[in-house]
Amino acid sequence: MAEVSRFHVAKAVFVKDLRVEIRSRVLVNQILPFSALVMVLFAFALDATNVLTRVAPGLIWLAVLFSMIVIVQRGFAVESADGALEALQSAGVDALGVYWGKWAALVVQLVVLEVLLVATAVLLYGVDLRAEGVVLLVTTSISATCGLAAVGTIYGGLAAGVSGRETLLPLLVLPVASPVLIGATRAVEAALGTGGTAISEGWPWLGLLSVFAVAFGVGGSFAFGPLIED
Amino acid sequence: MTTITPQSLEVPARRRGTGTRATRIIGLATIVMIGWLAVFGLLISPADRDQGDSVRIMYVHVPSVWLAYLAFIVTAICSAIHLFGRRHSLGVDRVAGASAEVGVVFMAVTLVTGMLWGRITWGVYWQWDARLTTTALLFISYIGYLAVRGLEGTRQQRARRSAVIGLLVVLEIPLVHWSVRLWRSLHQEATVLGTDLDVSLDGLMLFSLFSGVVAFTLLFIWLVLHRSRMLTMIDLAGERALDEALASRISEGGEKRA
Amino acid sequence: MHPSPDATTDPVIDLEGLVVVLGGFPALAGADLRVERGEILLLAGPNGAGKTTLLRACAGMTRPVRGSGRVLGFDLLRERESIRAGVGLVGHRNGLYADLTVQENLRFWGAASGATSSEIEAAASAMAVDGRLATVPVGRLSAGQRRRTALAVLVVRRAALWLLDEPHTGLDAQGRDELDALLRRAAVSGATVVFASHEADRADQLATRSVRVVAGRVEAVDG
Repeated sequence: MAEVSRFHVAKAVFVKDLRVEIRSRVLVNQILPFSALVMVLFAFALDATNVLTRVAPGLIWLAVLFSMIVIVQRGFAVESADGALEALQSAGVDALGVYWGKWAALVVQLVVLEVLLVATAVLLYGVDLRAEGVVLLVTTSISATCGLAAVGTIYGGLAAGVSGRETLLPLLVLPVASPVLIGATRAVEAALGTGGTAISEGWPWLGLLSVFAVAFGVGGSFAFGPLIED
Repeated sequence: MTTITPQSLEVPARRRGTGTRATRIIGLATIVMIGWLAVFGLLISPADRDQGDSVRIMYVHVPSVWLAYLAFIVTAICSAIHLFGRRHSLGVDRVAGASAEVGVVFMAVTLVTGMLWGRITWGVYWQWDARLTTTALLFISYIGYLAVRGLEGTRQQRARRSAVIGLLVVLEIPLVHWSVRLWRSLHQEATVLGTDLDVSLDGLMLFSLFSGVVAFTLLFIWLVLHRSRMLTMIDLAGERALDEALASRISEGGEKRA
Repeated sequence: MHPSPDATTDPVIDLEGLVVVLGGFPALAGADLRVERGEILLLAGPNGAGKTTLLRACAGMTRPVRGSGRVLGFDLLRERESIRAGVGLVGHRNGLYADLTVQENLRFWGAASGATSSEIEAAASAMAVDGRLATVPVGRLSAGQRRRTALAVLVVRRAALWLLDEPHTGLDAQGRDELDALLRRAAVSGATVVFASHEADRADQLATRSVRVVAGRVEAVDG
């Protein structure tokens, strides 16, 4: 086998993951409707438009978290259906390359999801996007997504494959992701100005989200290989 | 070529339990210190000016949260030693597991005492203050860690996997602290008495608190010693079962050939 | 990393007293095996004897608790990464992505192992999954076609040692003949093939040598 650079492995996995998604359309046909449904259910549960507008940022990120669990489970189910991930391991393919490739594919899917959810919040919850807040909104989204994708890929790899392990995924991911939930919600509140929050209040949270993304990006690079070994 | 041979696992026949002279001494010291704590905490130290006698819960609440963190630091250090040490010692992994189990228990104590105190003082079981929220989150995180320890696999696989997860969870601790603290600072409740259990401590109260820390530290050591020895015996039993299974499998092959 | 010993004379697989434990149970209870380059070796034996575990052990997928071994010149304990790079393990599952076509699966593996597109095409035609078949999603192929695609992946990866677990399972008579022809051709091209089968009489036609795996140990049948 020729020496393949880690980057090329990552690129191959990234392309393959997105191609599988495009071919099977699970994100578009099932997961996006699911997350939109979650947003509708929130409205039923909370039943007051002013409350909805006020808590919209939190609801958006909650919906992202729950949908991410489904996306990750699906993504790794594809790998274990025919033993593909194990085949990659048994071929000695660089685990770090696989990690970054899957991470990147998850980031793309999460960004698509977030765009949809923000649009849904604008439509259903009476949220207004203000021009001054767009930079904060976009940077928050990027840094939060990088961190969430890292956590999702790490624990998805652990919980994949062996039956009876998938139920472990939410228990592992959600506590670890809670700093992102706290930080991203507060930052988006500042970006949108819900509850009278000023934009300047959002930037400290961005610092937290960036540190989180770096910490788990690096941590995941070390952890992924040992965790997928069965 | 390299060969692995089984370690010689000698257990003296007369040792039936996990107690040794060391644990008996520590256990005795623990009982003494807990008695000491009870006397000081319940009787000798004064009631708080504002909170009355309910402040005495603090003598259990605060030491147990500190010990929970100590336990998780021990777990993290043992996880690192297991992963990066040359021997990848399974004994170190057992200590990591025992420490995490004890830490989870201490966290549960922290949460329950915090809730009791809140109920007595304020009439509510839960407040979203920084300490309780952080404790609750980390409590769940470490339950997840224990769940990962229970997954199937060979001992080496389980140890390696647990060590990795153990280090990842430790990575989480400062991030959770940071985010929760920043979050709660947004909600400055104007209080005269304070919603938190921390009160300004006079000398005697401080001494009682310190006694609590000493007592709980001894308790922690005693529990972790016993528990990790118990885990060792469980592994030993498994090794012995393997030897028997090996022997029976080989003889089964002999019968098939005949 | 140690340089591999003389490629032409050293055995491809050399195991001594290997013990592998799965879930507390000794799946391999002291296995000895020696396989030379270019052989097509049959691992015969009843179900539960340890054939699958033996294959996985040779692929560097399990860590032995006792014993020692070398595969492709690399140590089974210390150099498993190097073993994995040169070995192709195809078990009951094929390791393919059902939503992608044969071509896309092979291209993915080609990108992950540094193969050129002409090598990928050559692999597809060597395993008879080129032409019209190449653009069909793997999920829609027959069992035999999927099996051949999995083997084409081994060719793309230029694996020197092929470890196949019951490769004839699920194939009809024609499928088996086709598979045998392809495996013989692979051996001629330089690969060493070790395959497990519990249908010893049928599989004998393919193998150059066979051994029996019984209760986690290996017994020679013919030399």
